[in-house]
Amino acid sequence: MADEDIRESLIAVQATGAGTADAVAIDESTAVTAPDRASRFIRAVRFVRRSPKFALGAGIVLAIVLFAIFGPMLTQNPKFSGNEALQPPSTDHWLGTTGLGYDMLAQLAYGARGSLIIGVVVAAIAVSLSVLFGVVGGYLGGWTDEILSLITNIMLVIPGLPLIIVISGYMDGRTVWFVAFVLGLTAWAGSAVVLRLQARSLRNRDYVAAARVSGEKAFRIVFVEIMPNLLPLFAAQFLFAMVFAILGEAGLSYLGLGATGSITWGTILNDAQVGMALTRDAWWWFVPPGVLIALVGGGLSLINFSIDEIINPKLRAAPAAVKSVRKARKTVLKDDHAGTAGTTVKVDA
Amino acid sequence: MKNLEVKHVVKDFRLAGGRGKKFRAVDDVSFTLEPGKTIALVGESGSGKSTVARMIAKLEVPTSGDIMLDGKASATRGRALDSYRHDVQMVFQDPFASLNPFHTIRHHLERPLRLHGKAKTTAEVDEQVAHLLERVNLTPASTVALRRPHELSGGQRQRVAIARALAPGARFLIADEPVSMLDVSIRLSVLNLLARLQREDNLGVLYITHDLATARHFSDEIMVMFKGKVVERGPSDEVIMNPQHEYTKLLLSAAPNPENQGKLRAEVLAEMNLGEQASDRDRFGTRGM
Amino acid sequence: MNAPLDLATTPGIAGNFGVVAGQEPVLTARNVSITYEVEPPVHAVRNVSLTLHRGEILGLAGESGCGKSTLAYGVNQLLKPPALMRSGDVIFHDQSGKDIDVVGLKGDALRAFRWDKISMVFQGAMNSLNPVITVRSQLFDVFTTHRPGMSKKEKEERSSELLRQVGVDPSRLDSFAHQLSGGMRQRVMIAMALALNPQVMIMDEPTTALDVVVQRGILRELMRLRETFGFAVIFITHDLPLLLEISDRIAVMLRGEIVELNTAANIYANPQHEYTQRLLGSFPSLTGDRGAFIRTGEAI
Repeated sequence: MADEDIRESLIAVQATGAGTADAVAIDESTAVTAPDRASRFIRAVRFVRRSPKFALGAGIVLAIVLFAIFGPMLTQNPKFSGNEALQPPSTDHWLGTTGLGYDMLAQLAYGARGSLIIGVVVAAIAVSLSVLFGVVGGYLGGWTDEILSLITNIMLVIPGLPLIIVISGYMDGRTVWFVAFVLGLTAWAGSAVVLRLQARSLRNRDYVAAARVSGEKAFRIVFVEIMPNLLPLFAAQFLFAMVFAILGEAGLSYLGLGATGSITWGTILNDAQVGMALTRDAWWWFVPPGVLIALVGGGLSLINFSIDEIINPKLRAAPAAVKSVRKARKTVLKDDHAGTAGTTVKVDA
Repeated sequence: MKNLEVKHVVKDFRLAGGRGKKFRAVDDVSFTLEPGKTIALVGESGSGKSTVARMIAKLEVPTSGDIMLDGKASATRGRALDSYRHDVQMVFQDPFASLNPFHTIRHHLERPLRLHGKAKTTAEVDEQVAHLLERVNLTPASTVALRRPHELSGGQRQRVAIARALAPGARFLIADEPVSMLDVSIRLSVLNLLARLQREDNLGVLYITHDLATARHFSDEIMVMFKGKVVERGPSDEVIMNPQHEYTKLLLSAAPNPENQGKLRAEVLAEMNLGEQASDRDRFGTRGM
Repeated sequence: MNAPLDLATTPGIAGNFGVVAGQEPVLTARNVSITYEVEPPVHAVRNVSLTLHRGEILGLAGESGCGKSTLAYGVNQLLKPPALMRSGDVIFHDQSGKDIDVVGLKGDALRAFRWDKISMVFQGAMNSLNPVITVRSQLFDVFTTHRPGMSKKEKEERSSELLRQVGVDPSRLDSFAHQLSGGMRQRVMIAMALALNPQVMIMDEPTTALDVVVQRGILRELMRLRETFGFAVIFITHDLPLLLEISDRIAVMLRGEIVELNTAANIYANPQHEYTQRLLGSFPSLTGDRGAFIRTGEAI
């Protein structure tokens, strides 16, 4: 793996900065020329801007986030039951009303808020725990690692949703925070395994050894030397945990085990089921929350895919390279037809 | 008594799998590194030379034996270790791996400066970083400091690594194959840079290498390691021109030498004429290596 | 094929180093230009012409990024995007007397040509050998692809013979790559490259990752095999002293161009190009005078 990295980087040097690389190889001029001021971050941003996958995903997620922030300000109280019940979409109620006379649009807007908050909270909990159990264990090694990875493995094999159902079943008054906490507790183990392996591999990198020789303390090595190199991985895991949480919460609420008294897309679906929306042909009651759940899941996944491409340049470099060669070949052929090629001079001795 | 003394150092590694099975990577190695002097530790991969380096750099703990700095046993932890690191620093083999891709060159030099109390304020750091970069011929220092490792060539990165090792004000430098990953045409310049810094700071240098030619030209004394043991030691010219141990002779005969142009072909042809199939050149069981 | 075998029976001729019997070309590259199609395009190989003679060892020397590997991959049509051969001819002069236009080969014809006429040995044997199948299966794969007529028994015999030729015990046929040491892996790679009796073998830094003693063993094996089978070798490395020792001729590459091409003896005794001199000067002499190579500690 390390070899490959070096090879990759050598090829990259050959392919990208060959002008400077050559000059250096020949003359090792000590003065550094041709500044490439673009930092890693800026290059990532540049790539992301060009990626249609990211643009689509970010667009969807951004739209839903805006809806969650501003929607509730523009709609009526989602628990106002004075409307006529089970009305199909109309100019008064754009998305109709529920069996209890709630305005669907209002429900949906507040639901978006609830679902996204749960998503973010769960993702934050999951990533923090996976850092603690994965990165710290992976770097420190020894008994600490043994114990942390034992806990990780136990959490990994406990089936998440049944555990949540059992815990939720015991609790009567369930707040949004409680649900988020339970979901967070079951969402981190997979990420921790990945992070642990990464941290173990980074731990053996020379730059970590060099930091130790400099006198750097373990804590600082983990958080300053190792963690920044894992940032793209954290971002991917955060988004993944969000998708998991939003879907998980919807599932729980649908089963009637969600947060009591709160509104999320899951509780709307649960209401629709209890109110027999399907048999009553009230499609506006269950289709919109379903579509939004699918959209937010799809949008976050699209962002995740484009982050994958940043982490693993091969995923995007190969197709781009093929394309550029195809283009270049065409121009070469054109030159041939124009008759510029064809003179052969033997220079060889 | 200002020196770095390695006394009867042994390192065993537990082998994965076999219970209690051990592999002796370093077997009773002793030597004394003096200020201003260079000792070359020569050997092939697996000879244990890098393990010796890592033990001196306190990245590995010896199974037995002592590493003494100025006549005092060195610590393995705590404040005493910090002060040991102040005096003994290391340059790693691969400059592509030994610099953190995420951080700027400045960060790499700032940390040891701050950790060892060489600079406290930002202005001091700036000044010291610039000074260090100039010492390793990386100019303009202010521009170089803001770069990240991937923007520099291998040789430039290795200079940064050398500057980092000098930052705490080290008196002893462990250079683990410092030029083997660099392009050939810049190797000598980096070695010469090390030699100049050595002279300026009166550094004691342990130069670890597999290359006998540079070992000869850049060190006062050569130690040849084979399977964890030092099999031959002496003044560099003496070891190269008049090798005593069979393994040293083998290493010398295996090193490419332009003077031997056509010799290999002649040998092979002669052998084929004699109808020899497998030659008995395998004195050290290296055929399977 | 005959000339090198004759050499083998007349050892006296070995002293006449650098002169290759016959001077009959086996591979001719003319005006080859290879570009990495990135923004901006990188011209890795610029208008290079090179003739490889039957049975000779041609050293290709240069430092990282000089285009030496790109050139070697190019003449074997192994370039991967974004590398593209923009112009040039590569002609393979087959033993049968037929000339093959390598650049024009496509699809099955190219696959049949590669390895059969020109084989390759790469630097990272661990990456080039398949980690999950045995040495036997990998050798058998070569025969199945290129010699469909061979029976299982013939393949088995030929595989054992190949391993013996490169100095590896035939019992190693059952081994996986990770069970072999670095040197043995490289020997197995050479056995695979030999499998179809190619006329040209391209070796890309085959011994760079190995220790000198192991390297010496492999070079010796290579020299012996060359004398026995008479294939020509393009040996790519940055290690000029090594090339001076084993090559008949040496081409020095710099920034995608061959700046000097001469017999090894001439390159050593009388280098013309400034870069060649510089490269030679980068290797301190092991046993010679300390002379210019005493550590100066001077500012560089």
